[in-house]
Amino acid sequence: MSVGIVPPLAGSIATGPELPASDGGPRRRPAVKWQLLGLAVVWIVLYKLLDGRWPLESGQPEAAQSWLQDFASSIGDNRLTNPLFIYILNPITNALQAAYDGGVWITQQLGWTGMTGLAAAVALVFAGWRMALLAFLGFLSFGILGLWDQSMETLVLVAISVLLSVLIGIPLGVWAGLSPRFERLLLPVLDTLQIMPSLAYLPIISLFFLIGPPSGIIATLIYAVPPVIRLTSVGIREVAPESVEASRSLGATARQVLFGVQLPMSRRTRVVGVNQTVMAALSMVTVAALVAAPGLGQVVLNALVVLNVGAAFNAGIAIVILAIVLDRVITAASRRVGSAPPSRRSKTISWGIAVALVVVGAMLPAVLPAMAKWNVAYVYAFTDVVNTMSDWAKHNLYPITTAFTEWFTSWFINPIDALFAGTPWFVTIAMWTALGFIVGRFRPAATALFCLVGCVLLALWPSSMATLTQVIIAAAVTMVLGLILGVWIGRSPWADRLLRPILDAGQVMPPFVYLIPCLFLFGPTRFTAIVAAVIYAAPAAIKIVGEGIDRVSSDTVEAARSVGSTTVQEIVKVQLPMARPIILVALNQGIIFVMSMVVIGGLVGGGGLGYDVITGFAQERFAGLGLAAGIAIVLLGVMLDRVSQSAGRVRRTSSDLG
Amino acid sequence: MAAAALLLSACAGSANNATSSSAGTGSAAAVSCGSTPITIAKNAWTGYYANVAVVDYILRTNLGCTTKISEINEQVAWQGFPTGQVDVILENWGHDDLVKKYITDQKVAVDLGPTGNQGIIGWYVPQWMADKYPDITDYKNLNKYADLFKTSESGDKGQLLDGDPSYVTNDVALVKNLGLNYKVVTGGSEAALITAMQKATDNKSPLLFYFYEPQYALATIKVARVSLPPYTAGCDTDPAKVACDYPPYTLNKIARAKWVDAGGPAVNFIKKFNWTNDDQNKVAADIAAGKSYDDAAKAWIAANPDKVKAWLAS
Repeated sequence: MSVGIVPPLAGSIATGPELPASDGGPRRRPAVKWQLLGLAVVWIVLYKLLDGRWPLESGQPEAAQSWLQDFASSIGDNRLTNPLFIYILNPITNALQAAYDGGVWITQQLGWTGMTGLAAAVALVFAGWRMALLAFLGFLSFGILGLWDQSMETLVLVAISVLLSVLIGIPLGVWAGLSPRFERLLLPVLDTLQIMPSLAYLPIISLFFLIGPPSGIIATLIYAVPPVIRLTSVGIREVAPESVEASRSLGATARQVLFGVQLPMSRRTRVVGVNQTVMAALSMVTVAALVAAPGLGQVVLNALVVLNVGAAFNAGIAIVILAIVLDRVITAASRRVGSAPPSRRSKTISWGIAVALVVVGAMLPAVLPAMAKWNVAYVYAFTDVVNTMSDWAKHNLYPITTAFTEWFTSWFINPIDALFAGTPWFVTIAMWTALGFIVGRFRPAATALFCLVGCVLLALWPSSMATLTQVIIAAAVTMVLGLILGVWIGRSPWADRLLRPILDAGQVMPPFVYLIPCLFLFGPTRFTAIVAAVIYAAPAAIKIVGEGIDRVSSDTVEAARSVGSTTVQEIVKVQLPMARPIILVALNQGIIFVMSMVVIGGLVGGGGLGYDVITGFAQERFAGLGLAAGIAIVLLGVMLDRVSQSAGRVRRTSSDLG
Repeated sequence: MAAAALLLSACAGSANNATSSSAGTGSAAAVSCGSTPITIAKNAWTGYYANVAVVDYILRTNLGCTTKISEINEQVAWQGFPTGQVDVILENWGHDDLVKKYITDQKVAVDLGPTGNQGIIGWYVPQWMADKYPDITDYKNLNKYADLFKTSESGDKGQLLDGDPSYVTNDVALVKNLGLNYKVVTGGSEAALITAMQKATDNKSPLLFYFYEPQYALATIKVARVSLPPYTAGCDTDPAKVACDYPPYTLNKIARAKWVDAGGPAVNFIKKFNWTNDDQNKVAADIAAGKSYDDAAKAWIAANPDKVKAWLAS
């Protein structure tokens, strides 16, 4: 099965210091189920008694927020005198701008024929002829969609961001892989980088790095660097201790062990990290467009302003194609490294063809001037088709979707919201702390307490609870889909082939593209915000679960079958329990991805912290509010991750005990 | 066909649209416009697009200037004045805080006068509701109709759909201070508001919402404004105690001080640029329908030669 956009998680990329416990002895607490039930009863009783008492108002410009506000507005005041700007930031800005301009200049010199030839050539040399064909067709499609120039601008931005991510990320990842101490220090930072909504800090980045491509690259870099760090470090730790020991006993120095054993043996996991980084970078295309970074993101934003779903979709397709080409080529290239090197002869042939492709492509416009620019006559955009389809849907489906929205809201969203936001804040905090204690004793309890008190101190309590409600529901739906569809693709290669392109599209298609149809169907509601989060987060969860199921050794499954297990028993009693460590990773990633959609949810009626972040982005005098809300989102994400990871481990031990 | 239009408009929007073909027609004016491109900030709403389309077209074809369109968020655009990355913002909605920071304190930007467009912010209902319930357009009667506006988001109260975080809103305070049985629900974006308006109009479903003019969507979606207690100077000073309507906004142009000091025909033209909400809506609707910026601009300019002449008079 192909690796796809989410990594095959050899170990785990769980974020917390509390990686799924490999051993450490089962905790004998069979009563957890009853304790949880008791907690729920107490909470509901307290809610009935105290509903609406001692409310905390949101958004008062309290100390924390006004401090953040002053901080935000003081940046950039001394651009011309501050040494930080003169000696560090301004040179970086200029270098990034030059790199971007240079990249675009190259794509223009090569023209569409040369670039398409180059893409096919690179794929041919490193990943084989099938990938060369894929790259060739993919690049051709940018012209067909009528988006050649924008696609190249995006390609250059993404390429620079990924290159920088790799240059920064691999050394940090290696260090974290070798030093558990450094890793403990780094993990919370990586969590923050991934969860903190980029809109919260985007105005600050543009104050540091000016508007335009440099700020776009930096914003992309911040979001895209964590995966490569994480997987590099996981890869280093995965290298069998025996191999390391063996080479040490032969007298190898630490440096020799690193370069001779650990780095080569962890190459494949590291490449998966690079893959993930590429995907993350592509998912930032629209955000980068908000600070005037050119490319496909601009097309999406422009289409959104006039509610042209079709035009946005068209640009979204180009982003998805770029993602699939980059993902498959990098994956195939990394597999080749592991296998036997190709013969000298075939190597010479493929290099020869590659050079020919580039030269012919680059020279073509000189011979045939008509080939210099993509001919508009050969453009087929999806704009009209998609608009027709979405018009049909919005006029015919809304009665059903509206009814479903109302039903779901009153049965799931409103009750949970009432419980979190209706009970006085200190009760809600106490309940979460107790929940943390029940599932994992002191650490998760302390984390929950710390994070929720943080939301109070940031003066964002009601917004935080509105967001928490939506995030929990979205994460639950994500996991249900992840388990059902993940088991399906894990067991059936056929299903895997069928679903994978759809899952890829769900991950890199800019959410802005499907927001408009969602708004038509479900209205500006919290439900729409949840739908958007699930569309983005479920693919990752599905892929990771599928990977986990696929890895359960076929011997074990055979054994279960030979004693007469039914398919359901086989899944529930064998495959799911054995895949539990990886399912926990799916849970962790599901929560992080749901958290990263909070802001998008704010655009479609989710309210809460997402709306606060947007307000901060939209109006400078609320920059402090935006930053504070960004921090609160990180706090909630960390809390949910730690508590759910503990809960996942408890369930295993208690069920293992029968 | 739409694909081709998209391609064209995309080209017009890309960074280097300094077309050499049009630069030639500028005759003598081309010399004084200088060779440095004029950077126009392009904020993400259709009315603004209309201003960009017409101003950019005239700068290039009539004055022989080169231009650079910088697509950018409206707040972030102001950051370009001290750094020289933005020369002009073509439709500014108030922003007292930014005016103070960049115009009054740092003196890096100047007000180039009104665009002629009047910005209105207020509460609206779809036209069909105003026809069916004629007294609904007075806020005093809103409580009577609160049941109509109930949704699963607003619980047992009526829903007031708010929306675009880019604009001023006092709605939570207004609902409270006017004693209305409504809950403010945050739509979160202009797109959310417009889809809700369209849906309410198409399906004849009730909707009370916050909106603003000029906005091209109002060319196709008919709405009626709900009257609030009239605005008087100072009635909105304390955000918590507001009980009056929103003030009318005089939309204006903001430019980089050094660029204005350097002078030239472009500065002169943008200073004089002034048109009506109808003018803007016309061009905006063309753009929204898929016309290229240049085609939309050309069509309007052809129909309004006198206005253009007045802008270009020295």
